[in-house]
Parts: sequence; C-alpha cells; structure tokens
Amino acid sequence: MAIAKILGIETEYGVVGGPDFDPTTASSLIVNAYAQQGRTRISWDFNDESPGTDARGIVGNGALAPMIETHLANTVLTNGARLYVDHAHPEYSAPECATPQEATLWDQAGEEVMRRAQLVANESLAPEHAIALYKNNSDGKGNSYGTHENYLVDRAVDFAAVVRAMVPHFVSRQVVVGAGKVGSETPFAAAADPSYQLSARAEFFEEVVGLETTLKRPIINTRDEPHCDAERFRRLHVICGDANMSPVATMVKLGSTALLLAALEDDGLKDFPSPPARPVRAIRDFSFDPSLRTTVEDEDGRRRGAWDYQDELWSLADRYVSRHGGAAVAGVDEVRDILVAWREMLDGVRDDPESVADRVDWVAKRRIVEGYRERYGLGARDAKLRAIDLQYHDVRRDKSLALRVGLRATHDEETVRRAVAEAPTSTRAFFRGECVRRFPDSIVSANWDSLVFDVGHGPLQRIPMMDPTRGTQGLVGPLFRDNPTAGALVDALNG
Amino acid sequence: MTEQERIQKQRTERTRDDDVDVTVTAKKGEQLKGELDELLDEIDSVLEENAEEFVRNYVQKGGQ
Repeated sequence: MAIAKILGIETEYGVVGGPDFDPTTASSLIVNAYAQQGRTRISWDFNDESPGTDARGIVGNGALAPMIETHLANTVLTNGARLYVDHAHPEYSAPECATPQEATLWDQAGEEVMRRAQLVANESLAPEHAIALYKNNSDGKGNSYGTHENYLVDRAVDFAAVVRAMVPHFVSRQVVVGAGKVGSETPFAAAADPSYQLSARAEFFEEVVGLETTLKRPIINTRDEPHCDAERFRRLHVICGDANMSPVATMVKLGSTALLLAALEDDGLKDFPSPPARPVRAIRDFSFDPSLRTTVEDEDGRRRGAWDYQDELWSLADRYVSRHGGAAVAGVDEVRDILVAWREMLDGVRDDPESVADRVDWVAKRRIVEGYRERYGLGARDAKLRAIDLQYHDVRRDKSLALRVGLRATHDEETVRRAVAEAPTSTRAFFRGECVRRFPDSIVSANWDSLVFDVGHGPLQRIPMMDPTRGTQGLVGPLFRDNPTAGALVDALNG
Repeated sequence: MTEQERIQKQRTERTRDDDVDVTVTAKKGEQLKGELDELLDEIDSVLEENAEEFVRNYVQKGGQ
C-alpha cells in the first residue's frame, strides 16, 4: 500500500529594495516585520537539520553540503509554516499538508504572508527604500533561487527506482506546469537562444542526480533529511519546479507528482516510460521549444516529445487510480479533479493554448508578452517584455500581472486568509500551529519534527513529532480541549 | 507509423473538425482579441514606468 503523500512547497522569494539595498537586510526586515506583528516570536530549532545527508548513502564526493545560516531571522507561524531568511531571500516553507489541494491553499497563504510582511516592513521605510517581493525563480541575469516541493515517500522504495520513475516526469511536466520565461540567461541556452521558454528554472540544471541545490543543480536532489522517522520515511526534495502563479497549475504539479510516486510504491517501475538517454539535455531542450515539437531519445532508442511523456504518464496515473483509487494522494473527488485538470491542460497546450490560458502559467504569460510585443512592434528581447515577465510574479496586488490575466482560483480569498492564521488539520502541522497559537510564551523553539517547551518549572521538554500523519486535529484536538495550559498539555503527552 | 506521424495525423484530424465551425471560431477570435486588448490597456497602466531600469536593477543573489 502506498503511504500517505504528505506534501508541501517551500518558496524563496525574489527581493529588491531595503534601507541599504542589501537583499539579506531586506529579507530579514520582511521576516522580522511579520514576526513583530505579534504573530510569533518563536525561533527555529536546528537540532535535527542535516541537509548534507545523501539519499544514495554517500556523503562528500566533492559536493558541498548546504550551509545553515543560524544567525538570520527565522521563525514559525501559527499556520505551521516556517518563515525565514535563506540565501539572501525571504523563504516561506508551507506546513505539511495531506493533499495537493491543501498544499496549494497553504502555498497561496504564503503569498499573503509575504504581502502582509511587505506592507508592515514598508511602513517604516522611506518610499525610495520600499521593499518589493517576487514569487519567481531567477533575475534574468543567471541567478536562480528555488521553489521546492517535498513529498513523503516510503523508505522501502529503492532510491534508484525513484530516480528512474520520476526523471521522465520532472523533465516533461513543464509542458503543463512551466511558469514561462522571456529569453534565457545561462551559457547552456546560448546556442538555442530561445526568445521564450516553457520553464523559468529548467536551464539551470546541470546534473541528473546529486546533493547540490545551489551549484551544479541536479534534476533529482538527493538530500536525505526526512524530518521524521528515517527508518520508515523518505522526503523527496524536488528542486526543479517553477514558482507557479496559477493555483490550478500548482495543484496539478503536486497532484501529478504525488500520484506517480504512489503508483511507484504500489506497482513498481514496470509501467513507467523509459527515461531520456540525456535527461539534462531533455529538460533544457524541452524548455527552449514552446512549439512542443522537440523530441529526445530515451534509453531504449525511442524518440518522444515532452508532450508524449506527459501523455504516457497521465495514462499511467489514470490506470493507477482506476486500480487502487488514489487514496494515498487525496479523496475520490480531488483525485478526479487533478486528473481532469492535468488532461485538459495537456490537450489544451497542444490543440488550443488559448483555452488553457486561465490555468497554464507559460501560456498566460506568453499571451500578454506576445500581445504587448505585437501592439507596440517590439523586438523579442525588449526590456518591456522582460519587465512583464518580472511583474507577472509581483506579490503586490496593485502591481501583479498574474492577478490580472484571469487565472482560475482554487480557493476564495476568505479561505486563503484563514490559512494564513490556521494550520492544516490533517497533519502534524496542526499540533505545531496550534501550540504556537495557544502557548507562544511557553515554546522555546520549534522545527519540523519537534517542539521544545518551557513550562516555567523543571527542565526544557522536547516533544517529538516523528510521524507527519499524526498530530492531526482528530488525534490531538481533544488533548487541547482537555489541557488548557502548556504545562498540562506537556504532562498529558508525557503521561 | 512513427510517433511523430501519429501526432501529426491527430493534429490534422482535429484541424479538419474545427473547420466546420469556422464562423463560430472567427467570432470567438474577435472576442478573445477584444479581451486581450483590454488586458493590455490594464498592463500599460500598472507596468513599471522605466522598464529598462527596472529590469536592469532586478539583481538577485543565487539561492537554492
């Protein structure tokens, strides 16, 4: 049986402005502005962080383990998320969610958190130092930052099988969930010199498998840091995705990937298509060709386009759901919605892109870029077109172009506002968020798999949360009801 | 038939189906163009004034 596909997205936002125009200062101001609004003062606990551990069982190999920057602003929110400064960017790591639709909601809550933080921070800054945030993945000058997805995977599945099964999806899913990009910015794109790409992130990938996230980025990241019971679980850390503005695209990105992982756990590798012989070439070449005509050779010598890979993978997921029901990913209705949206977007990009401009980011963005270019007779690399690309991802409501192109919503504004304050009820994020909301003065620190309490007497007490599927409202709701103080709660948990 | 030919064939068949509704398609096309025009007007009103400077100054440190 496939295990529950607990999942979530972490996003590094682009940042400009600030008192000294230094991105680290500006990022710290953003995080602190939000924290000082009284929502949280609880710091992050690095005790269980080990981002240098490699899923292939080897450490080192010339690769640099990522650095942990403990001196920077770092906090945990009542919705169970982590808000902090990472690599000179403010980052929102969404709480663990039980389904793709939930994870899409808490990703949008992250946009709202950034929007509010920006408003608060700018209240104390001169207009010329105002900070602006962008939910995107690069600056157009060769610098990239990530939107990473995380999926709970059964430890029993061999990591090599995960790689073989998922590489075809990771190189081809940009056809439906790419965010689009005007031009290119790395030496890898110089020969193709595309005026428009499917993906913002694809051209930055240099390896198939590896531990790095900032240099020589791999399509499959091997960081083996499950933030839960490592005997039972693996956390697949996907770093090759784009920051989507379309909520339906976010849902399909998460849903398609989760369904394929569940299919791998239940049925093994046999139905998965053969991976491209040269995956790095494939992810780039597919991105460089929005006409979708480019094909690549697989390991068995057969040629396919990105669209063909997605067609096969959709059929695989659809057959899997017919056989097993997809309960590891979501309820019956949500799984059906994911498959329908994925199929419609896939057929749409081939047959009638205009029909999916309300769901596919690269189509929505290209529509306004091309429209603007034609209206003013601009060259394909005009700065105005790059400005449109940047501003598509602007977090500010009065500046955002994504908010103006008619993207289909998955949740109404009231629901998003609630998700800014409240954690998902379906995972351990509920326990974390609820403790932070109820007992902010008694929690010394928090991280993904534990909370440390100071109940005012005796030693500090660490409460482990090693199973992400527990700590739900159903399981711990009564505990909160019966134990109104932090001391009573800790006693009951230790009892 | 190769994969490429199969897709080409599907594309061709679909195009032929669409021809039946040529008037409807034209009308839909006009409507879409009208919508896009309105959208482009709106973009003009919110787009950063000095695009060149805005794009030049958007410099980030690499992240993950």
